[in-house]
Amino acid sequence: MRRDVAIVSWASFETPSEPARNEVEMLLPVIQEALGKVGLSQRDIGFTVSGSSDYLQGFPFAFVGALDAVGAWPPIRESHVEMDGAFALYEAVNVLQEEGIDTALVYAFARPSRGELDRTLTLQLDPYVVAPLWPDARSLAGLQAQALKDKGVDVPDVPPTHVADGAVAVVLAVGDRARALTGNPVWIRGIDHRIEPPALGVRDLTVSPSTETAAKVAGASGLDAAYLHVPYPHQELVLRHALGLNGQTVDAAAGPTMVGGLERFAAAAAAISAGRAKRAVAHATSGPCLQQNLVAVLEGAS
Amino acid sequence: MTDVLVADHAIEYTYTRSTGPIIGAFLAGLRDKRFVGVRASDGRVLVPPAEYDPVTSDDLTELVDVADTGVVTTWTWNDDPVAGQPFDRPFAWALVKLDGADTGLLAAVDVPRDEMRTGLRVHARWADERVGAITDLACFTAGEGEGVTQGTVGEPVAIVETPIRLDFSYTPGVAASRFLRSVEKGEIVGQRCPKCQKVYVPPRGACSMCGVATDEELTLSGKGTVTTFCITNVPSPGLDPPYVTAWIRLDGADITSMFLIQECDPKDVRLGMRVEPVWAEDKQPNIGSIKYYRPSGEPDAPYDDYKEYI
Repeated sequence: MRRDVAIVSWASFETPSEPARNEVEMLLPVIQEALGKVGLSQRDIGFTVSGSSDYLQGFPFAFVGALDAVGAWPPIRESHVEMDGAFALYEAVNVLQEEGIDTALVYAFARPSRGELDRTLTLQLDPYVVAPLWPDARSLAGLQAQALKDKGVDVPDVPPTHVADGAVAVVLAVGDRARALTGNPVWIRGIDHRIEPPALGVRDLTVSPSTETAAKVAGASGLDAAYLHVPYPHQELVLRHALGLNGQTVDAAAGPTMVGGLERFAAAAAAISAGRAKRAVAHATSGPCLQQNLVAVLEGAS
Repeated sequence: MTDVLVADHAIEYTYTRSTGPIIGAFLAGLRDKRFVGVRASDGRVLVPPAEYDPVTSDDLTELVDVADTGVVTTWTWNDDPVAGQPFDRPFAWALVKLDGADTGLLAAVDVPRDEMRTGLRVHARWADERVGAITDLACFTAGEGEGVTQGTVGEPVAIVETPIRLDFSYTPGVAASRFLRSVEKGEIVGQRCPKCQKVYVPPRGACSMCGVATDEELTLSGKGTVTTFCITNVPSPGLDPPYVTAWIRLDGADITSMFLIQECDPKDVRLGMRVEPVWAEDKQPNIGSIKYYRPSGEPDAPYDDYKEYI
């Protein structure tokens, strides 16, 4: 990266089921908290990008409606990924390489408790030979867990798919701007994401070569902590192996779908800025059975 | 405590997709009760076939017949089937590597739970009616099948139709719930932005320009001014042409809302016309409780009053 990018602020919210507020009402205080902690308003933000899935809300272009929580006036430079917010952060890190864009707001939100997440996630699968069978997300994770068992790995049972509502916002800034905004910028030293073939039967589900490659490109060595995005518990074992973790502090969480990966960045940044970790990996996954993986290396001031 | 409204909501659509020659051949094979794979760059046979090599991304073209019998490479027991799945009772999902193939095909397996295991030999059970879709393969079941069917595959399937449906228990949010409850009482409430003072109707809980919560609520008279309109001359369900749809700036609001204009000749509708709501007798917490707007009889609003909203 030509320009150093740091996480300067974050806020997150998770609840098993948000009873009353809609996505915008749930997201707004989270964005305000993240911006407010470093004294910024939306007008100070050079690039805004979000991760969410309209299928969870049940409306086309629901992600555009979420901009109500941002205050997109005068018109802002904005983007969206139909993925976990961590992949939106990846886009933000790249846009921050441009001269003139010094700050970015990244957010993610989801309220899957209103639908049937195990079926909604089916729509991310191959539409010809897989999705018409409506395999539920938990069952696909079960195939992976059994493959691990058959290899002799002691794996936990596959629990029901973690359904939670929530939102997360992360503020990024470059170089001196980051130092001016906070005494504890958490620098993103490297970041990469890789994807595996879409056909489940082509992959060896017991390993995660995409995580390995992403970690290598991101420079994931010399770590003392790892914040792993783990939708199902057995996946932690696959990720530990792919990242070569051995003795590091590992914090694994599922989080709300579309939110959980970006939340790992917030959790890692919180640990580093509080001095509980020095150099940590933040990881996010997307797709069935760890199909796509993003790895970033975060570090406090040396 | 907010009085939360909840409504059933579904999205439903039948996707129509072209298949291409490789997936098309695989689906044509299923229609003929046989399996067709494709040879990958490294010599492996992929079933289901892929158009492009999963490692090198090369075009793949060599179709290979494989058996209707194979082996379970991994599996899981599904205690809670969901809508659309092959069975509505507990069943096993598995990846099945067919004899002659090197990769697993996802399918249901119809065997008792205590007989399900990795390494189980299974064969295809076909649907009675086959249309050239993955569902032509009903499931796998234990034991040996017919083996490999040789010969030319029928005409590749060109198109598949896949219906999807997702169901939601929809809640509109705090601000919209309060608005709909006010409508149920024959009132229209809006919310004011504490920053720019703009009034939103219906309220959305946030000012989309300032990105702040709008918690100050106010009740509007309901009267308004036509800022622009459209006369429609083709029929629509429940509406006889010609009918008029208008954007109306409600008095006190800073955004316009769309309503029908009735009880007047379409040719008399004009910008600046003053209008009032006609409420349904049986009011519900939905916007249909305002049946339409009609002329209020007041003099037209001056252009300056609504020029920002055209």
